[in-house]
Amino acid sequence: MSIDKETAARVAHLARIRVKDEDLPALAEEFNAILGFIEQLNEVDVEGVEPMTSVTPQRLKRRKDVVTDGNQQASILANAPDAREGFFAVPKVVE
Amino acid sequence: MTDLNKLTIAEARDLLHKGDVTAVELTESCLSAIEGSNALNAFVHNTPEISREQAKAADVRLKSGDAPAMCGIPLGIKDLFCTKGVLSQAGSAILEGFKPEYESTITRQLWDNGAVMLGKLNMDEFAMGSSNETSTYGDVVNPWRRGNDDAPLTPGGSSGGSAAAVAADLCLGATGTDTGGSIRQPAAFTGITGIKPTYGRCSRWGVVAFASSLDQAGPMTKSVRDAAIMLEAMAGHDPLDSTSADLPVPNFEAALTGDIKGKKIGIPKEYRMDGMPAEIEKLWEDGTAMLKDAGAEIVDISLPHTKYALPAYYVIAPAEASSNLARYDGVRYGHRATLAAGEGIDDMYEKTRAEGFGHEVQRRVMVGTYVLSAGFYDAYYNRARRVRTLIKRDFEQVFADGVDAILTPATPSAAFGLGEMADADPVQMYLNDVFTVTVNLAGLPGITVPAGLDKQGLPLGLQLIGRPWEEGDLLNVAYTLEQAAGFVSKPSKWW
Repeated sequence: MSIDKETAARVAHLARIRVKDEDLPALAEEFNAILGFIEQLNEVDVEGVEPMTSVTPQRLKRRKDVVTDGNQQASILANAPDAREGFFAVPKVVE
Repeated sequence: MTDLNKLTIAEARDLLHKGDVTAVELTESCLSAIEGSNALNAFVHNTPEISREQAKAADVRLKSGDAPAMCGIPLGIKDLFCTKGVLSQAGSAILEGFKPEYESTITRQLWDNGAVMLGKLNMDEFAMGSSNETSTYGDVVNPWRRGNDDAPLTPGGSSGGSAAAVAADLCLGATGTDTGGSIRQPAAFTGITGIKPTYGRCSRWGVVAFASSLDQAGPMTKSVRDAAIMLEAMAGHDPLDSTSADLPVPNFEAALTGDIKGKKIGIPKEYRMDGMPAEIEKLWEDGTAMLKDAGAEIVDISLPHTKYALPAYYVIAPAEASSNLARYDGVRYGHRATLAAGEGIDDMYEKTRAEGFGHEVQRRVMVGTYVLSAGFYDAYYNRARRVRTLIKRDFEQVFADGVDAILTPATPSAAFGLGEMADADPVQMYLNDVFTVTVNLAGLPGITVPAGLDKQGLPLGLQLIGRPWEEGDLLNVAYTLEQAAGFVSKPSKWW
């Protein structure tokens, strides 16, 4: 499996990271080096082996479905790059 | 008394409890040491006001005669931990100016125990790195040098600031985190002790997430005893972290008896790598002999899937990172790119993340995105998770056969020069974690202790891997090894 410039561009877009056109070939090459390393996994016989979901065998705890938190608008907005009138402000998303 | 900053936690605790020194004196000594340490670039946000206030409060508590072991002990905190009102940026420009409105569970427990915060410590960006060269704050410099050569060396990573600060006696101990070796590798590179506990032993709440199924915090200290004392204060069940284990926290220090007679120590043949430096091999053999002399039974073991741990890690960790780091979108906190007229929300996301994330983080997020993308999920991500099951099974088999702990080298080399790996392909840097990463994949506790110096005068460490939840036993084997190795070297002060 070899990643070309177009695939690198598609992955960058999926990850929402802007990559300059001239940087794409080098990025594709790095991906190929890493994926080449990962390819070793194909040597392993994984027939009938379950993919790990939890490294320690434990059950998730249950709790009562009640409100335990809230009324922290100021705290929640405190670090926002742009907060207005109690909301996070972003560029227009709906035409 | 001078040089209080050079004390171990255990020594300082005893002096504080006897009333021979005060927490204020101890804190001032560390603050002066930090002031003179700019060349190391370990501390990146100093909090002298907070530390002086906490030290005063600790002295009151000590006087009352009812103070826990960590009371009055000055610590450095890795930048990955959220500390209320104090910059917490995970070494990243994308979290520039981020002051959390809350405190991580681990640091809250430490402050509740009376510990003192000296400031925040440098680290690789989002804990992704093995040399502390990916930080937005610049490189951390190892206090150790190769003899009289003044070439700056890496302290390792990602907890490089924590390692350098402890090795240089800027603090008595530091918090670290370990996703693939980020506590144990820097500890080995700087001649200190670092333990990654069992996954679930310490709460991850309020610790900036990298790869949630692998991340675990732990202490980085000057001795095994200190690691035991500090781990006890950091550990414990936390309802805010659903993967935190609801198990009692034992008195880890009480486990340090130095008696390991009859314990079975496994030596895994797969860790004997081609091209391993002779000094590392010798150190490993010496460590094996020390444990044998202490009465342990040495057994050869096999962990057949070891070879596949790094490739599995470099699927699983980036996959989880790509999901965890999706939250840095320029909306709720941190950096937001300036937009040109007519640019929309997608431009905002893409420009913000391109400007805010460094190169290594971008690369891992994109690799993670790729292995999770439609058509590749089964081939990469699910296959890696299956291999992870096999890696864990290897360890389970060995433990079922009666092995108590496993001895391995901590790193494939001593600390290397900053910039030395700049032209290497990323996989070369990843090989730093070849001995440590299996432990994260299997969720086990692992500890590194300094065991000797190489011919250039740099520290080398050995790693011990324990059974899940048996950190006490593991610490006791490490303590025995520490006593036998008698490592007392310190870097000579040049900074």
